[in-house]
Parts: sequence; structure tokens; C-alpha cells
Amino acid sequence: MDKSPADLLASPGLASLLKSLKLKTKQQELLIRVSILCLVYVLAFITRLFSVLRYESMIHEFDPYFNYRVTQYLTQKGFYEFWNWFDSESWYPLGRIIGGTLYPGLMVTAALIYWILRFLRFAVHIREVCVLTAPFFASNTTLVAYFFGKELWDSGAGLVAAAFYFALVISQAWGGYVFIINLIPLYVLVLLITGRYSMRLYVAYNSMYVLGMLLAMQIRFVGFQHVQSGEHMAAMGVFFLMQVFYFLDWVKYLLNDPKKFHTFLRITVTSAVGLGAIALGVGTASGYISPWTGRFYSLLDPTYAKDHIPIIASVSEHQPTAWSSFMFDFHILLLLFPAGLYFCFKRLSDATIFIVMYGLTSMYFAGVMVRLILVATPAVCLISAIAVSATIKNLTQLVRAKSKPNPVGPGKGTSSTKSSSKGSPDQSMPIQRNGAIALLLGVFYLLTRYAVHCTWVTSEAYSSPSIVLAARGAHGNRVIFDDYREAYFWLRQNTPPDAKVMSWWDYGYQITAMGNRTVIVDNNTWNNTHIATVGRAMSSYEDEAYEIMRSLDVDYVLVVFGGVTGYSSDDINKFLWMVRIGGGVFPVIKEPDYLVNGEYRVDKGAAPKMLNCLMYKLSYYRFGELTTEYGKPPGVA
Amino acid sequence: MGRSATTKDAQDLFHSLRSAYAATPNNLKIIDLYIVFAVVTAVIQVVYMAIVGSFPFNSFLSGVLSCVGTAVLAVSLRIQVNKEIQGNASQSKFSVPLIDQYRASLV
Repeated sequence: MDKSPADLLASPGLASLLKSLKLKTKQQELLIRVSILCLVYVLAFITRLFSVLRYESMIHEFDPYFNYRVTQYLTQKGFYEFWNWFDSESWYPLGRIIGGTLYPGLMVTAALIYWILRFLRFAVHIREVCVLTAPFFASNTTLVAYFFGKELWDSGAGLVAAAFYFALVISQAWGGYVFIINLIPLYVLVLLITGRYSMRLYVAYNSMYVLGMLLAMQIRFVGFQHVQSGEHMAAMGVFFLMQVFYFLDWVKYLLNDPKKFHTFLRITVTSAVGLGAIALGVGTASGYISPWTGRFYSLLDPTYAKDHIPIIASVSEHQPTAWSSFMFDFHILLLLFPAGLYFCFKRLSDATIFIVMYGLTSMYFAGVMVRLILVATPAVCLISAIAVSATIKNLTQLVRAKSKPNPVGPGKGTSSTKSSSKGSPDQSMPIQRNGAIALLLGVFYLLTRYAVHCTWVTSEAYSSPSIVLAARGAHGNRVIFDDYREAYFWLRQNTPPDAKVMSWWDYGYQITAMGNRTVIVDNNTWNNTHIATVGRAMSSYEDEAYEIMRSLDVDYVLVVFGGVTGYSSDDINKFLWMVRIGGGVFPVIKEPDYLVNGEYRVDKGAAPKMLNCLMYKLSYYRFGELTTEYGKPPGVA
Repeated sequence: MGRSATTKDAQDLFHSLRSAYAATPNNLKIIDLYIVFAVVTAVIQVVYMAIVGSFPFNSFLSGVLSCVGTAVLAVSLRIQVNKEIQGNASQSKFSVPLIDQYRASLV
């Protein structure tokens, strides 16, 4: 007998090892499953440690510096101070009510981990806890995804846990919970309409809605939005609809008489729907129920932000997603996603309906805004996993079909019934089997390439801390640019403690966290007029700008300029957005003044207003005397 | 003529509902009483707010929502305790969708 690959799979080595452990098949399966899960858990953790190994353990990007500073404050001063904190070091002279304008979930979790570790006498610094919280939760997310997937494909009872987790935890931690809080009612509505409801749907949705809403309203930032804003009306509407629905069902069950029930039905439903519509109409018309805020409205109408709210349009992560970004982030999942959708539709159940809806809606939103690829990721992963799992299952069934050469009787193997019912002649079986093996090898190759690609992507694109930059010098040596942190520490060490620093809002959080100085505007961007004032100062002539800065008590101005090293995301690059945002509030700033024939130039031929504005003067001060590159004349960027 | 037919219908409805309800076991009736109590408390609070005004809104919301919430959770409890519907609890489909019945009743 030839040795076929299938026989190799069941090779004596592995089989005898497992047999020697005296395990039954079910236990073998459990062992394999648990070891795979452990490996995945460890992998998910260490793949996020690239930047910690390459640079050092520090907080990346801009926004996390706010979370870090707040967590520090929480661990130093305690929960009561944290909850009632009014920060006078940002948004000078207005200050910011931090306690009332944040989602505390992330910071409270990090602080809890810190306190637990301290209690166990591990002397960790809060910064290490903050940096490593993300990989830790990434590993936990993979576990959650495993259980979610198990429920989706094999049984459906885990939806209560999933809905609870999303609605409750995410509303504590992130503004994007609005997506979930609209998706779940939409899903419930779909289930009601297609007739797939049962008692457990009632119990699940109501528990989630009541507890979720009550607990979410404890966060001051959320406040009364659950009963007042248009974004939450879907959840409330479905809540009332469910009460009516199930009440009617109970009455029908009590009456046991279709005709009488029809009358009752007619009266109740018409009046209930009528009442609900009137209430909603009155609420919206009178302004009590606020319409959808600009942030979420721009998702439904992507052109809205560019015309009306330039500060939302200016964030680079809010731009529509290019196909290359999709391919970069998802790789083969892009192909497996439609395949998974097919499998979900083939085996339609409550759970697969949910994942299909989640997948389709989140893919739409991911196409509208780059940062929402994050929201689509769980759905895409799960649907692709369904595709892979179903395909591999079918293929391995074909491969194992020949393991019983005489399919007499029902047999114990899962595959023998299939082969005996087919009753196909011996000739086609080897071809089918070899084809299946070839396809299996192809699938495994695809999966390994995917894993390699993801690791590469994480290492190259998602491990850069943004605050520290690296490049290769002329001799191939690695050059580290730590300019951001050096600037902030200069501020910290060389300026009086009550100095006020004016900069563009991107750097606000970092200046307060690392430089420990008061800033005028920061990344919270809650006050557009204040930001527009700063934008106006940056784009005015020096004497006008001086007046504005005097009125704001500014002592220092921080400007990021990349002309010396070729760093491309500096303030000159962002300058037009300063003009647009400033011009949105102060019509004296007009964008065409800074352009030449509609073109943005910063060289000799730039517009005169551009050459004389504060930003230009600060950035290019004495630049003409500077030599940037060996062999080039001075003053060349 | 039409009016008396409707009232007779309503009375019929009412009687059959009463008789059917009398057949429910006692423990469920206690839960039902609690639900009615919670809903009545919520209604009283809404009426009070309509008269006196909604400040402080926090208290009003917490009062009403706790009442509504506990009523709804009691209904969930009743569903899961009710031995007669036990069989349906694990099903994921009923026989006839309610929406179709509603449409049929309008004809």
C-alpha cells in the first residue's frame, strides 16, 4: 500500500503518543483545543510588544497621553478626586471638567490592575501597567472571540453574554458604543419581523437594555442622553415594541380563540403604534429629543463634515477608507468574508443573522471612515473563521472518506455514512481525495501567509510610537529622533511652573502629561471657538497674533517643524486646517489668501499672507542659514 | 347597532380574559401583583412630575426607570418560572409570525 499523506497524518508517532496518555478521542480533542487557545493567547500578547522591545516602554500617539495622565491622577488622588476633577491646566482660561467628560472604563481598569499588583507587592510603575494593559486585553479578546464563535456556529445561547458585554462594557469605555446600541435593537427588530423570536429573546434584550441603560447613565458624560438624544431612540423604541409584542402574545395564549384575539390585536397595536409615533414626533419637533449629533450624522452622510464641521473633517483617521487600507489590514479575510456570508446564509439561525448584520453594517461604516475598520474587525474575523472552518470540515470529510474501505452498516465514523450513501465507484474516490488534500494544503498555505503578513504589518505599521521616530543614517546606523519628548522636557525644566503654552491642539495632551504646563487647547476639541482663536493667531500677521496671544496670557508657543529632517506631518502640513477652522469662526481669515492659484506653496513663490503669518515666521526662522543635507545649499528643506 | 356589537365584543373579550386568567397558578399571580405594583408606582411618579415639574431630573429618571426596570425583570422571571411555557423556551420559532396575524386581522 502506498503511503498517502492522510496515512502520514495518522502517523504512528503522534497516535502512539496520544494513546500512551490513555486519552479518549473527546479528551484528545479537548487537549488540542486548549493548547491551541494557550498558544493564541501568548501570541496575541507578544505580537503587541514590538515597539516595547525596539524603543522602550512608553505611551504612543497623542490621545493615550490623556488616558495616562488621568490614570496617574486616579492612582495618586483616589476615586473621589478623580470623579470630581476640574482641570485648570488645559483649555486656559476655561479649564475642563475632566470628571464629567470622560469614559472612565479604560482608566478604572488600568488603575484596578495597578492596585491589585501593588497589593500582591509587585512594585510596578503606573506607566508600565498602562502600556501593558492593551496587550493583556488583546489576549482576553481572543478568548472572548473564541467563545463567541463557538456560540455562533454551534449553538446560539451565548447571545445574552455577548449583548451584555458589548452594551455594558463598551458604553463605559468608549463613545463608539452608539453603534452597538443601535445595532442590537435593529437585530431584535429583524428577529421579530422574521418570526424568530422566543422567550429568551425577551429576557435577553430586556435585561441588557434596563441594566445597560441604568448603568450607562451613571457616567456623567453620557448623562441623560439615553432618554433625550435621537441616537438612543432606536433602543427605546424596540424596548416598547417588545413589551407590546410579548403582551399580545401572552393574551393570545390566554384567550385560545383566534377571532376574539384578532379584535383585541387590531385595537391594541394600532393605538400603541399611533401613540409611539405621536410621542416621537412631538419629542423631535419640540427639540426635547435632540437630533443625531454631527459626529454620527457624518457617518450616514459622509459629505456632511467637510461642509459644516471642518474640525471633524480635518482628522486624518476620519477620511474614507481606500481599498489599499482594507487589503493592508484584512489580507485574505477580504476574500473569506463573502464566503463566510454564504455559509452563514446557508445555516440561518438567530446567531448567524446577528453576525451577518453586524458584519454588513460595520463594513459599510468601515468604508466611510478609516478608524472604523476597528469596529468591523471582530465581525470580519468571525465570518472569515466560519468560512475557513466550514471549508476545512468539508475537505477533511472527503479526505477521511476512504478510511473505512467497506462501508457496511451505519459505522462509527462521521464520514462513512456520506460515502456509503453516495455509493460512488472506487475510481473517483482517489481523485476526489487527492483533490481535497491539495485544497487543504492550499488553505493551510493561505493561513500561514496570513499569519506572516499580520505579524509584518504589526511590526512595521502599528508598532511605531509616533512620538519617537527612527531612521537610517548615512552609514546605515539607526538614528532616533526623540525631539517631541526633548521639547516637552525642556518646557518642564526651563519654564516657570505657571507658564502657558500655545500650540496646535494635537500636542495638548502630551504637553500637559509630559511638560506639565498649562495649555490653551488640547485633543479633547470640545470648544471649537477656542481652537479657532488659536488657529486665527497662527495664521495672522505677527502684530495681530501678538494681541491675541496677550489676551490669552500666552507665554510660550510650541511649533512642530519638519523641514530639517524631512518629517512630513508637521504644523506646516496641518496649516491649511488651522486656516479653515479659524476661518470657520472668524471670517477675517480667508483660505484663498494663503494659496497661489489654488495651490499651497511654501517656497519663494508663496502667497504674501502665507510668508508673513505667525506659523511661517516661527517655522522658517533663520532657515536660510541651515544646511539640511550634505552637499545641498543651505535653506533647502 | 355597530356600537352594541363592539361593546358586546369587548365584554366577551373581558369575560374570557378573566376566566382564563383565573386558571393561572398562585405563584404567578403573586409575580403579576408585583408587576402591577411597580407599574402603578411608575405612573404615580410620572403624574407627580407632570404636576410639580421635572427638577431634579436625576431623581425622576432613577425612580421611573427602576420601577420600569424591575417590572420588566419580574416579567422575565415569570416567563422562566412558568411551567406551561417551558417547552417553548428553548424553541427559536413560533408557528405563525405575529405580524402576519396582525395584517390578517386588519382585512
